[in-house]
This record gives sequence, structure tokens and C-alpha cells, in this order.
Amino acid sequence: MLASLFGIFIASIFVNNFVFSRFLGICPYVGVSKKLDSAIGMGMAVIFVMTMASAITWGVQQVLVKYGIGYYQTIVFILVIAAFVQLVEMFFQKTIPALYQALGIYLPLITTNCAVLGVAVLNITDKRNFIESIVQGFSSGVGFTLALVIMAGIRERLEFADIPKSLRGMPIAFIIAGLMAIAFLGFAGMKLPR
Amino acid sequence: MNQFKVLTNGIWKENPIFVIVLGMCPTLAVSTAVENAIGMGIAASFVLIMSNIIISMIRGFVPNKIRIPCFIVVIASFVVLVELVLKAYFMPLYQALGIFIPLIVVNCIILGRAEAFASKNGVMASFLDGVGMGLGFTLALVIMATIREILGLNKFFGLLVFPKEFPAAAIMILPPGGFLVVGILMGLYVWNKNRLRLKQLNAEKMKC
Repeated sequence: MLASLFGIFIASIFVNNFVFSRFLGICPYVGVSKKLDSAIGMGMAVIFVMTMASAITWGVQQVLVKYGIGYYQTIVFILVIAAFVQLVEMFFQKTIPALYQALGIYLPLITTNCAVLGVAVLNITDKRNFIESIVQGFSSGVGFTLALVIMAGIRERLEFADIPKSLRGMPIAFIIAGLMAIAFLGFAGMKLPR
Repeated sequence: MNQFKVLTNGIWKENPIFVIVLGMCPTLAVSTAVENAIGMGIAASFVLIMSNIIISMIRGFVPNKIRIPCFIVVIASFVVLVELVLKAYFMPLYQALGIFIPLIVVNCIILGRAEAFASKNGVMASFLDGVGMGLGFTLALVIMATIREILGLNKFFGLLVFPKEFPAAAIMILPPGGFLVVGILMGLYVWNKNRLRLKQLNAEKMKC
């Protein structure tokens, strides 16, 4: 049990990294990776929302299956996630203003981050149970944050680099991501407990 | 003339992938084969066109504060429609695209166009914008898939391109290839744009 949870944890961070191997959450990945501070803020918000969304959507799916309306999955999931993000935003604003200040502007962006809906759907297609879903949500968020923070570190340095004029900005960011994806491809051979 | 401009805007001048840089996730993921790229392009274009039409119809009486959830519900309904149709009639394509079919909901292009264009313009213009953006998205997907499939599998539409002995670079169909191809294509796009602008400037100087 514990071994398989550990396997899911390592696999979601390194082997099936959300950015480099599953191609989820690319928009925030290239959009928010210009500064290290904002990358860390976004990463923390994503980890939190992905963990909670995994738990909630798992429960919602049980209800949908029970009533035989599994085909509503997409609509219900996106609404649940959007409502949840809105709720978290209001809750933080009232109770923990410091945290709201730190995460505030990133929370609304998360609704359209495909990594969140992605992990919710993946938990269902991979047939994860409740605990496994939460672990997968959490560790996928960690994997996304890892990729985002590394990228932000590189891009901060890149400000001073002499890049060909046509490649400045987005194009070079994608080429760097490609090189990092090659590095992460090295994890693909790892044997993990299933 | 104006309507024609709205249509062609999305195909090249404001191409959703190369210029606006939206909807990258499905682009990178499904561009490993031309067949899948066309399937994804059609599915996303259908959702984009239909949601643009509906949203421009309801924009008059949707309160401003809750417009985003309303748009998402409209988009999600069409995505479910596409999902069910693909599952019923195109099973291999449904399996190849996998998780990226439900993820059309959060494809930033669709919500982005709803917010930036359809919520401000009439039905006809929104329809044309949807067609143009959809074509631009499909075009970018097909270009990428062509490069990746030929280099990575030595195939085009599943048919051999070069003799069998030609070594295929498997890295191109693996995830890194997607990032590299997109980066290089974007660079080429910018280079071409700068070159044309320089040409225009020089021509104007000559006239003076």
C-alpha cells in the first residue's frame, strides 16, 4: 500500500511530469515563469488546488457513477473546480489575508489551468482510489512547481544572455523547455512499485 | 472586406499558436501524427465556432459578474457533445486523443476568444472569428504534426516517406520534440515578420 503510494508520488513528479511528459499546464508554465517569486507563488497555489480538487472530484465522480450520469463528468468537474477556486479565494481573503496577498492573483488563473482538470480526469481514467487520488494530485502539483521554478531560474539568467533577435521571449522559452524535457526523459527508465 | 479580414485574422496574422500562444497543451500533445492533429483541429474548431455563436447571442443578458462561469458552461456542453460523437463513431481517434478531449474545455483559445471577441461582437463576426481561429489552430497543428511525423517516424499519414533504411529521429515524437519544434517554428515566424517589416520600411525610404 505504502510502496504503491510512494511509486505514484515519484512517478507523478519525475517520470510523468505534468509539464514535460503529459503536456498539461503549458500556458501558465510559459506565462508565469518570468520571475522566480511569482513562479513559487503560482506553484504553491497549484499544489493546493490540485490536491483539494483531486479529493473533491473523486467524491463527485462516485455520485455521478451511482446515478449513471458519467457523461456529465466534464461539465460537472469544471464547474466544481471553478466554484472551489472561487470559494478558496473568498475564504483566504476573509481568514488568512497574508496568504491571500501571496496567492491572490494566481488563484483565478488556476480555473483555466488544464493541469487541474487534467489530474481530476486522470485520477478517474487511472482508476485511483481516494487516498491514491489525493497523493497523485499533490505530487503532480509538486512536479508542476518543480518544472516552473527551474524554468523561472533559467529565464531570470536569460535576461542577460545574447539571444538571436527572432528567438527572444517565447521561442527560446520553448526551446529551453525542450532541452529540459530531454533531461526528464532520463527518468522514464525508472522501475517503480505499481 | 471587413468580414473577410476577421476571417483571415486568425489564420495567419494572429495565429492562436504562433502569435497569441494559447492552447499549447493539446498542440504539443497531439501533434505526433497528422491524423490526430486534424482530428483535434476539427474537434476544437467545432467547439470554438459553436461557443462563439452562442456566446455572442447571449452576451446581451448575461450579467457581467458571472459571465466567465456562463461561458464555461456553454463551452463544456459542446465539448461533451464532441466527446460523445467521437466515442460513438470514431473510436480510434477518441482513444488517440484521450484525456485531451475533455480538456478542450480549458483550452485557453476558446475561453480567450469568447472573452476577447464573442462577448463584444455580433453573431456573424463571431462565427467568422471562430472559423478563422479554428483554421489557424488546425493549420499550426498540421504543420507541427507533419514535421514531427516525418522526422520522428519517417511517415506521413501513416505512409513511408523515405526508404526504410532512413534513420528516424525518435526524439521528435517524444515530448522534447514537441517543445523544440514549437520553439523553432515560433522563431521562424518572428524572423519572417521582422524581415517583411524591414522590406516595407526600406521600400518606403526609397520612395522618399
